[in-house]
Amino acid sequence: MALLSGKTKEALLGPLNKNNPVIVQVLGICSALAVTSKLEPSLVMAIAVTIVVALANVVISLLRKSIPNRIRIIVQLVVAAALVTIVSEVLKAFAYDVNKQLSVFVGLIVTNCILMGRLEAFALGNGPWPSFLDGIGNGLGYGWILVVVGFFRELLGSGTLFGKKVIPQAVYDAGYENNGLMMLAPMALILVAIIIWIHRARNKELQEEMN
Amino acid sequence: MDAISLIVRSIFVDNMIFAYFLGMCSYLAVSKNVKTALGLGIAVTFVLVLTLPLNYLLENYVLKAGALSWLGEQYADVDLSVFSLLIFIAIIASFTQLVEMVVERFSPALYNSLGIFLPLIAVNCAILGGSLFMQQREFANVGMATAYGFGSGIGWLLAIVGMAAIREKLEYSHVPKPLKGLGITFIITALMAIGFMSFSGINI
Repeated sequence: MALLSGKTKEALLGPLNKNNPVIVQVLGICSALAVTSKLEPSLVMAIAVTIVVALANVVISLLRKSIPNRIRIIVQLVVAAALVTIVSEVLKAFAYDVNKQLSVFVGLIVTNCILMGRLEAFALGNGPWPSFLDGIGNGLGYGWILVVVGFFRELLGSGTLFGKKVIPQAVYDAGYENNGLMMLAPMALILVAIIIWIHRARNKELQEEMN
Repeated sequence: MDAISLIVRSIFVDNMIFAYFLGMCSYLAVSKNVKTALGLGIAVTFVLVLTLPLNYLLENYVLKAGALSWLGEQYADVDLSVFSLLIFIAIIASFTQLVEMVVERFSPALYNSLGIFLPLIAVNCAILGGSLFMQQREFANVGMATAYGFGSGIGWLLAIVGMAAIREKLEYSHVPKPLKGLGITFIITALMAIGFMSFSGINI
């Protein structure tokens, strides 16, 4: 593959594991956790963020030579806000119910630190194609955490996936109960902490010395 | 009276961090010692108290459907709400710039210790989140919006200072290696959030 060699491959695949935006760089937790109580909004949020990050990266990368350094934050915010407004209008038109569940969190993609972080750290110094791949990679790296957390919270919290029952009635008859705690906000934090724990136990170089 | 109960609600029940996870990035990164945490908390509260009433006025007199009717009959059905996100973020970014200049002038020590996180208040989700929740909840007047901003800011400050105090003590405990740093901070935040949930039954 000529298109995906060396640096560009790293830009796409790095964020999925060693350079994950959520569990390694600690970016974008803000708007992420609150939407993960069900699998469907988590998936929609992951897709929305991936699209916005990739497109914003391309736009900023194309503009990078003409943006004055002093006002770049405002320019980035305006580009991001315009893209998010488009995504939010599209969601309102085609997936109204999910949009209702996501409430203000679609708007909050603007202040998602992943977006600003990638624009600052990557798009300002690279061409449009690597920036696009970097955006897709980071969006997916963010997305898989969201989907994993959403999967476990919906499965254990309400016994469903995408709103369909997956735990058979016989299990409930045997005395199994849905764990209501999973639906509450704190469990999202604990699940992410468990993901971090597993990830860092396998990648020793990421462990921190200080508390 | 309404305003006071709204303040108490937004500090304890609808806490920005524990109920909505807003402003987590700077919360995780700056909660290493109490002094810096307090400084950032005050800065965030300040920006919230200033931007919420301003955004409230813009929302109700410029952006909302029919909000421009004070200009004359022909503007009565103009709906600019598509632009609300852009306007809100522009207001927030400019106020952050202002706070940055004030802090740099009056407290260079605090300015240095906050570092990159001072300009990042602009992208602090708690602040944009405050404006978006304000838009969603349709407060009755500008006083209520200010009260909401103040309460949310104090709630955020309380959370980050509490976290910083716990992390200072955490130095002396044996945390499993892979959990050190980020992992244990997440778990402590979750436990604090469960604690704050005990307020949710209160009817004010």
